[in-house]
Amino acid sequence: MTAFDRTLTASADAPLLSVQDLTKRYGRRIGCERVSFDLWPGEVLGIVGESGSGKSTLLGCLAGHLAADEGQILYRGHDILAMSEPERRLLSRTEWAFVHQNPRDGLRMGVSAGGNVGERLMAIGARNYGAIRNAASDWLTKVEIDPGRIDDRPRAFSGGMQQRLQIARNLVTAPRLVFMDEPTGGLDVSVQARLLDLLRGLVRDMGLSVVIVTHDLAVARLLADRLMVMKDGRVIETGLTDQVLDDPQAAYTQLLVSSVLQV
Amino acid sequence: MTDAAYNFAYLDEATKRMIRRALLKGLAIPGYQVPFASREMPMPYGWGTGGVQVTAACLTPGDTLKVIDQGADDTTNAVSIRKFFERTAGVATTERTAGASVIQTRHRIPEKPLTEGQILVYQVPIPEPLRFLEPRESETRRMHALEEYGLMHVKLYEDVARHGAIATSYAYPVRVEGRYVMDPSPIPKFDNPKLSGMAAIQLFGAGREQRVYALPPYSRVVSLDFEDHPFEPTKADHDCDLCGASASYLDEVITDDAGGRMFVCSDTDYCAGRRAAGQRGRLAPEGEA
Repeated sequence: MTAFDRTLTASADAPLLSVQDLTKRYGRRIGCERVSFDLWPGEVLGIVGESGSGKSTLLGCLAGHLAADEGQILYRGHDILAMSEPERRLLSRTEWAFVHQNPRDGLRMGVSAGGNVGERLMAIGARNYGAIRNAASDWLTKVEIDPGRIDDRPRAFSGGMQQRLQIARNLVTAPRLVFMDEPTGGLDVSVQARLLDLLRGLVRDMGLSVVIVTHDLAVARLLADRLMVMKDGRVIETGLTDQVLDDPQAAYTQLLVSSVLQV
Repeated sequence: MTDAAYNFAYLDEATKRMIRRALLKGLAIPGYQVPFASREMPMPYGWGTGGVQVTAACLTPGDTLKVIDQGADDTTNAVSIRKFFERTAGVATTERTAGASVIQTRHRIPEKPLTEGQILVYQVPIPEPLRFLEPRESETRRMHALEEYGLMHVKLYEDVARHGAIATSYAYPVRVEGRYVMDPSPIPKFDNPKLSGMAAIQLFGAGREQRVYALPPYSRVVSLDFEDHPFEPTKADHDCDLCGASASYLDEVITDDAGGRMFVCSDTDYCAGRRAAGQRGRLAPEGEA
């Protein structure tokens, strides 16, 4: 896997992820159709839309969880869809990360917090217990979990802590590209706010590129640099976040923006 | 029905051929779990149906069979399987490790080093070392195929985090020839070093799970560990109370309800051999030797 040598710096004048005409069908129904976009290093792309608009299908195809029917995905110039499975899985363990909406999908619930964070390290060959434990402890601190709870199972954690643990587990190998599927879904508002703060800090500090799927426009406003609005599997509007939210062009986007509850 | 109504070694020839083909494949890919069409055997699952089928496929009329259970020749499982093959195959049986050409074992490797030409057959309850870490069989097979064994170390990590040392003491995972991670069946980790470089052929049969796997002679087998928590074979810190052996794996036997206990070799043949040669332990009966 010299192609993904970590010493290579991501070239700033080429997109990190380049997607062309990505299509996924479920039989005769459309999952997502002819989606194209470029993601640049350090950029956060938000994908918004109502339930069933194809956001999660698109994210699944990008992360390799679903097989796309047509189109091309280039990651740092390499065609992801043409890659062999071992290469793709190595990529998703090292350079990529995936944060699930439900932390139970992304964590091993029977394994301690430290083991959860250390798993990715061990998967890429770390064999020194002390070093793994130190890294796990560092990361728990970074996501505001008391390192004294390193040996507790995720079951003993609150929903917000589980989500932060999932983030730590994903970021421990310093990925470049993070996929997030509704990372704040199912959390209460104050916990959401803290999580968003934390995410924003981590994205800045680590220079992460992020594709984040959300139906919550407030989350998109806080985190995303750019927005893509989806409806019925198609992208109907793209642009800078503030531009899309303040001056929506497509009729559906206008509806979406105007249906946000004002307190 | 008379015993003569059975084919040699109970299974019909076509079944034995099927198992032999699986075994040959297993020997060609050391540590790889080969699926096979496990048959119903006249004993319950968990009593060695996999081992019995492998033994049946390997036996020839000229073979001498030894069956051990936790190292002992005289426990229920060993006695009933030995009787089974005495009746259905009519082969000679022995309790002497050196005198056997095929040894079926449950949970131990004999103390006496095996030699070329011998076959050691293990009874395996759960062949998949990743089973309790990743419940999806489709996923564990993919992990084996892609050599993704980080999860195995998560188990060892959990051990150290909880107990301060690798507390797994049996069925200790090993890596075969730098490739497949394998469950060595529930042998104590004391026996793990014997797996590596053994002169005999080692065959593993899991009946309920319908898998066989194998180690050809002189395979390199490494027990997984951490750099700062290396693998250590462990045994009770005593000598055998009957034969005085200090380097054999011991069973603890409670002798009364006042805290009395003794440690004896789990390998009965090894222990008896040493006593016959005049070695005595702390509690050996007076009249002996």
